[in-house]
This record gives sequence, C-alpha cells and structure tokens, in this order.
Amino acid sequence: MLRNNILLLALVVALVVVPLVMVNGAEFGGADGQAEEVIAEINPDYRPWFSSIWEPPSGEIESLLFALQGALGAGFISYYLGYMKGKKNSKRDQ
Amino acid sequence: MKKTLLPLINLKYSTLALLYSLLVVLAVPENAYAMHIMEGYLPSTWCAIWYLLTLPFFILGLVSINKTVGLNPKMKMLIAFAGAFAFALSALKLPSVTGSCSHPTGVGLGAILFGPAVMAVLGSIVLLFQALLLAHGGITTLGANAFSMAVVGPFVAYGVYKLCRRLRTPLWLAVFSGAALGDLLTYLTTSLQLALAIPDATGGIPASFTKFAAIFAFTQIPLAVSEGLLTVLIFNLLYTYSQNELVELAIIPEHLQGEVR
Repeated sequence: MLRNNILLLALVVALVVVPLVMVNGAEFGGADGQAEEVIAEINPDYRPWFSSIWEPPSGEIESLLFALQGALGAGFISYYLGYMKGKKNSKRDQ
Repeated sequence: MKKTLLPLINLKYSTLALLYSLLVVLAVPENAYAMHIMEGYLPSTWCAIWYLLTLPFFILGLVSINKTVGLNPKMKMLIAFAGAFAFALSALKLPSVTGSCSHPTGVGLGAILFGPAVMAVLGSIVLLFQALLLAHGGITTLGANAFSMAVVGPFVAYGVYKLCRRLRTPLWLAVFSGAALGDLLTYLTTSLQLALAIPDATGGIPASFTKFAAIFAFTQIPLAVSEGLLTVLIFNLLYTYSQNELVELAIIPEHLQGEVR
C-alpha cells in the first residue's frame, strides 16, 4: 500500500512539475481571470452586473485563506485516518 | 507481501504520460482558462435558471445525507471526510501544461462512496466558502458553479464508477476513471454554461462553446489525471483503515472483508 501511494504521489508531483518546466516563462495566472478576456472578445458589450461582496485585500491575505482552506481539509483527513488506524490497532492488540 | 488496489505502474506508463505532456504543450494555444464562473459574468436570468436546476439536487442531497446518517451515525465522520477531501483539493491551484492554473474538485470521492446527491450539498459548501472569502466564483454564479461542480461532476463520477464496476474492471481503475472524468466534465459544463449565456455573434452558441471548451479541456486534462490519482491514493488509505465502512457502503463485497488485498 505504502509503496503504491508513494508512486501515486510521485506521479502527481510529476504532473505538476512538468508544466512548470516545459512551459517555462508562462504566466501561470488564475485561469478564471483570463476567461474575462474571452468573454470580452466574444461580446465586447458585456458588462459584469455584480462584483464580489468582499475581496481579500491583498495577495497575501488571499494565500492565507487558501492555505487555511487546504489546512482545514487536510487536517480533518489526517484526523480521520489516524483515528481509524488507532481503532484498528487497538482491536488487534486485544 | 501485501498487494493493494493498484498494480505497480511501470516505467512504460510514466514514459507515456511524459510523451502526452509534450504533445499537449506543442498543440495548445497560448492562453487557457478554467475554474469557476466569476461573480457578475453570467446574466441574471441564467443565474436564476442554474439556481433552480441545482436546488432539487441540493434537497435530494440533504435527504440522502439524513438517510445515510440515520442508518449508521458512524457514517457522519466519513461524510465529513469526503467534504474535507473536496475542501483540500479545491484549495490546490495546480499549474497545467497550458501555462495557466486551475484546481481539481475533489467531489469524485464522496460521489463514489455515498452516491452523487450527497456531493451536491458538500460541493455547494466548498463553493460558498470560496465565493465569500476568496472572491473565487461568486454568489450570483453559485447556482451555475454548483451545477457543474456539485451536480454534473459527482453524477458523472458515480456513473463512470458504476459502469467500470459492471465491466469488472479493477477497483482502482473504476475510482480513477470516475474521479478523473467527473473533474473533466465539470469544466466542460462550465464552458457550456458560458457559451449559452454569451453566444458568439456570428457562430452562435456552438462557436462560443468551441472557444471555451477547446481551452478548458486542455487545461483540465492533466489536472483531471491528478485528481484521479489522488482519489485512488485516498481510497487506498480508506481501504486499509476504514474497511467496515466500505463494506457497509457496498464498495467492497462482504466476503473480502478482513483480507487487505
């Protein structure tokens, strides 16, 4: 199991690294921002009719919130797996 | 020697993956776009339509969660686990071969475990968090984004998974295909939603869809593969540490219980 999972992780890392190396010099901007350009190209008259109620005041705050989101998710995943593993081991030890 | 769901992937596949990336890099246009529809970028009529279309699935999801928890209160933890997985994966903006970033959805896991309706609720929660705190997606476009990521994605993931099981593919392949295709179809749905709302002046909806989809599909393909791989990884862990739950959800047949393959 462990060996397979390490392999899976390695593949994911490769899928992330390959674009970074191969498309060197690309912007790697948020893709949704660029979608606006396509909309502007298809329909130059389109005006957004609503804007976000609250925006992170800076890139730092935004990355804080993204990190928080990831941490919350990963935190619970780890808690669950640890809890299950502990349960399994205590059954085995009895 | 313990075996797991995944037979050893050999060098051949890795080489193929690298070759694929090369081809994609050579074939794609400069810019690419993905992720959710931004606040205000969908005409209000369409916003309302997608909200209405999402609503029944959301209600179905609440009923489904109640039913699952009612049968076994212990399942609460695993439902939260599926939500946490979607939460974590949505926070990862991964670079793609097109030179821009998008993120996986993480909704395939929950759909495979509990059926697709449950993810309509969990996926919507993730999208609401991102719309309110990250200015990512939006409140007006929440209905449309929920329809693609929390309805279409999970239903595709579940359908593909079930089909693979019927075809007697190995479990890991069914999980991988379901999660990867669910991810891809999420973003194709997004392109369709944008095309319907903002048709091309000359070519109409098809031309507009082609513009969005050609770009979307390219950006999302490697990310869909990543999502599939990560879902198999998490599935391996559940298979090892959470077998009783998987047996109860009929993911693993009863007679295989206890023998970690």
